[in-house]
Amino acid sequence: MIEIEGITKRYDATTVVDDVSMIIEPRTIAVIVGTSGSGKTTLLRMINRLVEPTSGIIKLDGADNRSVPGYELRRSIGYAIQGHGLFPHRTVAQNIATVPVLLGWDKDRIKARVDELMTLYQLDPREFGPRYPHELSGGQQQRVGVARALAAEPNVLLMDEPFGALDPIIRTKAQEDLLAIQKRFGTTIILVTHDMEEAVHMGDKIAVMDAGKLVQYAKPAEILANPASSFVETLVGASERPFRLLSLGRVRDAVENGAAEGEAIPGDASQRDALAELLWSGRPALPVKGADGKPLGRVTVDGLVKRAARPA
Amino acid sequence: MNIRFDKLGVVIAAIAAYAAFLAPFATFRANRIVPGQARSILEALPATAGPLLLAIVVVAALVALFRTALVLRLAASVVALAALALLVGVAGTFLTSAGNTFARVSPASGFWILIFVFTLLLADVLTRLNLSPWARVGVLAAVAAAIGLLLVSGAWNDLSILKEYANRADSFWAEGSKHVTLALGSLLAAVVVGLPLGILCHRVERLRAGVLNVLNIIQTIPSIALFGLLIAPLGWIAAHVPGAAALGIRGIGTAPAFVALFLYSLLPVVANTVVGLAGVPRAANDAARGMGMTDRQRLFGVEFPLAFPVILTGIRIVLVQNIGLATIAALIGGGGFGVFVFQGVGQTAMDLVLLGAVPTVALAFAAAIILDAVIEMTATKRRVETA
Ligand SMILES: Nc1ncnc2c1ncn2[C@@H]1O[C@H](COP(=O)(O)OP(=O)(O)OP(=O)(O)O)[C@@H](O)[C@H]1O
Ligand SMILES: [Mg+2]
Repeated sequence: MIEIEGITKRYDATTVVDDVSMIIEPRTIAVIVGTSGSGKTTLLRMINRLVEPTSGIIKLDGADNRSVPGYELRRSIGYAIQGHGLFPHRTVAQNIATVPVLLGWDKDRIKARVDELMTLYQLDPREFGPRYPHELSGGQQQRVGVARALAAEPNVLLMDEPFGALDPIIRTKAQEDLLAIQKRFGTTIILVTHDMEEAVHMGDKIAVMDAGKLVQYAKPAEILANPASSFVETLVGASERPFRLLSLGRVRDAVENGAAEGEAIPGDASQRDALAELLWSGRPALPVKGADGKPLGRVTVDGLVKRAARPA
Repeated sequence: MNIRFDKLGVVIAAIAAYAAFLAPFATFRANRIVPGQARSILEALPATAGPLLLAIVVVAALVALFRTALVLRLAASVVALAALALLVGVAGTFLTSAGNTFARVSPASGFWILIFVFTLLLADVLTRLNLSPWARVGVLAAVAAAIGLLLVSGAWNDLSILKEYANRADSFWAEGSKHVTLALGSLLAAVVVGLPLGILCHRVERLRAGVLNVLNIIQTIPSIALFGLLIAPLGWIAAHVPGAAALGIRGIGTAPAFVALFLYSLLPVVANTVVGLAGVPRAANDAARGMGMTDRQRLFGVEFPLAFPVILTGIRIVLVQNIGLATIAALIGGGGFGVFVFQGVGQTAMDLVLLGAVPTVALAFAAAIILDAVIEMTATKRRVETA
């Protein structure tokens, strides 16, 4: 659990982060969104004390983050830096091994971990391991940056726009991988992004920042349904709202009784995908099947459209 | 066939033509201090050797003049240089009648100019060949070996500079080792002091401008003046600090020379350390802290390796500069090759001046090539990211 209590950061007269308080429950993902310069990175860096706050307290699992030396704290927190920040003089494998080496893991364990992470991020350890960062594409560099943050299996992971340079296909894959890792290890993640789609998809909660202030911190559905201000409303994109809302729900939760013609859609697909399929194929209803292939019922355009409306 | 001129080749050919036909190849003197008489290539060499050398020079100049294959240019420059090196020795023997120990034959302007232009041609070829660092050091070793062989074989024994050497063989090596010790020792001291000072200047901004300004001012003091300025304080230390004199600290001699070279070396070392550390990408430093490195781990694990090529460049400047400057140490009794230079100037014996100057230039040249190779080797793997 991460408790941020009344955190403020001032540089001279300008207040960059202004009295922010929020609680990130253990094993959840909090996504921070906001315009450029709104203080997202600064807030993130106060958690691992790369930036010392002007006032306020941050607690990790109940303990003040100032109770251990900064470098020790940072070894226990994974950090994927904005714009990857790889060491140009170290190979990909050495970069990923940074924190395990600092923690004094033995060689075999480090090598196994590096290989595992590289394989997970679709970088062949034998081909890419000995390369230097400048010999990688931007997207590959970014994946190495994320792998480096994950290397020591941290309980808390801070990620600053980690998927910005990835193409849509690899980005989706990286998001799914991260969700899988988060589920498996119960990692608590704070993720900064400019991509509202990503925020709604990944976040258990979304924090919206504007000019250093936390203007809303709530579940995605809540942010979409009841934006706290016109700023939040603009940020979530008024015209996208119904579709984002649908993307939060699973098809199985919108099943109605009855049958329909054609290829069945899996129950755990998103309602948004179901609506897209319906609109594209020009049909009024689609059959739905469970994970075991058994028919569950059907979804209809009318049913989905009702669900896309502003919740009461 | 389309015949085209090589730009550099035109210059080389023109200068070579002047040097071969108009400038004197060797100087003959009845003894070491009387004014010499100029001898052209044909006058200085036996009947067959003279025309042969002229022919080689003309052909090599033609190869340089036109756009020719690199291999051909390489061969032309090497053959011309080898012929010049061998035949200047022959000229020495030819012009000195047997048993005459007073007569002096030294290479004259024509010889030196020819050596210069064909070295230029060779350097141009080597640059265009884009040799790897190791290959460049290899070429240097081969050239050094060839010169060493010529020296040992006695082919040059009738040249004046080697006659001067023969009279001073013992002191030559003693002064030589003093020269190298002085240049390398002061460099080492400058690195030991300058690196931490540079790191300190990098970390503490208020210190930076002050330290660099002081070092800049030291750098502008003329070397002879600096030697002079050091005589008084070091003399005082020798007289008043117990044990200082026993360590060799005196107002004149090696101590002030060492201190002066050390002071001159500080600026390049400190300045390059500061510039090198400042050039470390912010993101790399940031990541190092973010991964949980301590300040010391960050310094040795990230900042230093990334700044290393720039720091090495400073060390290269210092080494080459020190090898040259150490010559002046002789003025205050510090020893080194400068001893021969200043003796030679005093006796108006140019050969003796050369005995001091030629090894100094050769040392500086070799040091530059070796350190350039090292710098390139350390820099290739550490290319700075553009992100
Ligand atoms: N060390 C610093 N000194 C002074 N001002 C700073 C410093 N670091 C950040 N700032 C300022 O604080 C503000 C917030 O910066 P921050 O990096 O937190 O923004 P951000 O929300 O992460 O923006 P982006 O989306 O562009 O990454 C900016 O206006 C920035 O100029
Ligand atoms: Mg940022």
